[in-house]
Amino acid sequence: MANTTQMLNTVFRTCPDTGLKFHGPAENLIKANAVAAVVFLLIGGTFGLLVGLTRWQAVHLLGAEDFYLVLTAHGLNVLIFWLIFFEIAVLYFCSAVLLGCRIATPKWAWAGFALMVIGAVMNNVVVLQGNSSVMMTSYAPMEAPPLFYLSLILFAVGALIGCFVFFGTLVVAKNDKSYEGSLPLVTFGAMTAAIIAVFTIVSGAIILIPTFLWSVGLVGEIDALAYRLIWWAFGHSSQQINVAAHVSVWYAIAAILFGARPLSEKVSRTAFLMYILFLQLASAHHLLVDPGVSSNFKMFNTSYAMYLAVMASMVHGLTVPGSIEAAQRARGHRAGMFTWLRKAPWGNPTFSGMFISLVGFGFLGGITGVVMGAEQINLLIHNTLYVPGHFHATVVLGTTLAFMALTYWLVPVLFRREIIFKGLARWQPYLFGLGMTGVSLFLMGAGTLGVPRRHWDIGFAGTGGITHEFPAAAYTMLALNGLSVIVAVIGGAAFCVIIVGSLLFGRKLGDQKMEQAWIAKPVTDEEYNANGGSAYAIPGTLALAMIFFVSFALYYFINWKYLAETWGIS
Amino acid sequence: MSSLSPPAKKLWWNEPIHKSELMWISLVFVWGLVMTFMMPYWHVVGKQNLGTETYKTTPAKFQAATEAFAEKFTVRTEGPRNHPVVAPPAGGDVYMLGRLWDWWPTVELKKGETYRFHLSSLDWQHGFSLQPANINIQVVPNYEHVFSLTPTEAGEYSVICNEYCGIGHHLMIGKILVVE
Amino acid sequence: MSDHDSDQSGPVPMMQKLLDNPFLLLFIGVASPALIYLVWGLAEIFTVPAR
Repeated sequence: MANTTQMLNTVFRTCPDTGLKFHGPAENLIKANAVAAVVFLLIGGTFGLLVGLTRWQAVHLLGAEDFYLVLTAHGLNVLIFWLIFFEIAVLYFCSAVLLGCRIATPKWAWAGFALMVIGAVMNNVVVLQGNSSVMMTSYAPMEAPPLFYLSLILFAVGALIGCFVFFGTLVVAKNDKSYEGSLPLVTFGAMTAAIIAVFTIVSGAIILIPTFLWSVGLVGEIDALAYRLIWWAFGHSSQQINVAAHVSVWYAIAAILFGARPLSEKVSRTAFLMYILFLQLASAHHLLVDPGVSSNFKMFNTSYAMYLAVMASMVHGLTVPGSIEAAQRARGHRAGMFTWLRKAPWGNPTFSGMFISLVGFGFLGGITGVVMGAEQINLLIHNTLYVPGHFHATVVLGTTLAFMALTYWLVPVLFRREIIFKGLARWQPYLFGLGMTGVSLFLMGAGTLGVPRRHWDIGFAGTGGITHEFPAAAYTMLALNGLSVIVAVIGGAAFCVIIVGSLLFGRKLGDQKMEQAWIAKPVTDEEYNANGGSAYAIPGTLALAMIFFVSFALYYFINWKYLAETWGIS
Repeated sequence: MSSLSPPAKKLWWNEPIHKSELMWISLVFVWGLVMTFMMPYWHVVGKQNLGTETYKTTPAKFQAATEAFAEKFTVRTEGPRNHPVVAPPAGGDVYMLGRLWDWWPTVELKKGETYRFHLSSLDWQHGFSLQPANINIQVVPNYEHVFSLTPTEAGEYSVICNEYCGIGHHLMIGKILVVE
Repeated sequence: MSDHDSDQSGPVPMMQKLLDNPFLLLFIGVASPALIYLVWGLAEIFTVPAR
């Protein structure tokens, strides 16, 4: 009996295109989680279209009740279900596949998957029934039916099991000696995501379990402020899982397409360590204008302990393109500052998606997040549309696009099917990136003008005559946002069609190698050293980084100036 | 050996860092210190620092305090909701409550004077969004938040709820009037 | 950056040992925000004086 289990657990295949070793059960789990992810992206994205078309005041598609319902469903499906399903797939890939070992306890992994599916489906059913339009944040004492909280708890427990299967797989790999020395950088980054995920889910349990008991009448009262504090350790940290995961995906794509190696293992790993230690503190971003917590608490936490986690992101922002530049220079693209970038495969959605994700996350998501996370500047934007504007840049332009980019590469590897509609796939990241850049910019623009988030009618038609007139520019912003939503949704739908279509109808590859090379050979020491010994000089990336830095500093101080113009507050 | 494989060197911690990276790390570290410094610095020199004085309260207690405040300083009633317009003395206390789906009462302030605001909710969480001044503060039930506000320009200001509070969220709007 | 300019002999440096230890990192990655954010924050909220 023990022997058969052993046998079943050691079914491996080697991918003819990448040379990666796939453990059968691990491969099936990665497929299942990735497919579930895309399904929830499709559902959540559809809801997003309805939200965008309702915010557009001239269209105002849905009634108030439907709008709040759909907004709740949109947030949960994309922000939680799509991303976490995909992240579990990334965790299994980065452990079992990159380390070439069997996955630990596949039965537990399937149990976790089942819990996540049950939780996500149940949550959608409960929300669509109409009594749970409490938004993703479900702030107590606003109450949802018990099944709403229960569905989230089930999903979270499933995801936690997934994290522990990942850690278990690291142990398996070490015991089986399936790798030598330290973990690959990409696996290390995935581990960072898993660590943040454990903190996230434990915080979620600490607050959602009592709230569930309160909703069934077993607990008397939930303190609204304590709820906010603990809920955000769950709600914001879950977005930090995304950051750690998509940065790992950037490194992975740089290695896949260019054979790139990190400029310095020490620097990149220390940057991930800063994430492990401090990234979760940013949960305090949501409490900056709350009563009950001191300015010292707000300043220390919102700055991720003196901006050490911001420093880490800025380091990744340099080393990811820097590692690509170094690899490209080593392979001969040495002329000038930017030949390495011009010669990059811009027609390959895996590259274009990754690069748009990098630039969008940095310039739009990163800068705005840090600026509005300054304790006092937050007064200007808290709960305005600026906030969703910001996180559509981090989580959609950044994380979602990075995951899409990786998916184009994964489908032929995992499913042995060729990608269909290659012409459309070439354009998809640009379309989605453009639409989402618009969404992000126009929502932020409206937020700067004071437009509240999660608000059905900024024209105040139903208030019986007590109104506020937002500037006409706010209405223009919301209309442009609606148009951008349409572009983004076409891009997102194209992705779903291409991926689902490829799984069903893509040419079967079997054991045949594809015509084009699917993974770049790692750049060798000789190649790096051939460039006059200066292979790690990255003038082009440094120039881009300086542009980033100047934009950041300008935008930062401009906002202090805006702040200085408003009423005195103390 | 790429980022997908274990590090090329076994003792990778001992490898030197290229000067491009070192330069960038130093720059962003210093930038982090600058940003860390800005927040306490603004507490000293800036005029916009939200106070964090807070008391535990109950909806009943806070409602009573707000009604007492309104009774004392009401100058007239006006508007579609027939709200009292309350004009407290310059430098005095101001009570405003958020409830489903209203801000109560309407307050009339003098430009350039500083008032001690008391803010809480009678039911769910709300968002005090003062427009077009664009000041946004979270309002949490059972907590009385006390801070000072100094209007800088005369005019009619709206208090919009920007924390989702159920189906009538978009109906929740109130007024603060600032006179010369 | 070539072979000769890095010291590949001697014991594994402390920091590398730390970064090679997933479970120690898991512990500090949960403990750090739990103390700095959750415990500190809850301590402040629960000591808010009553009116």
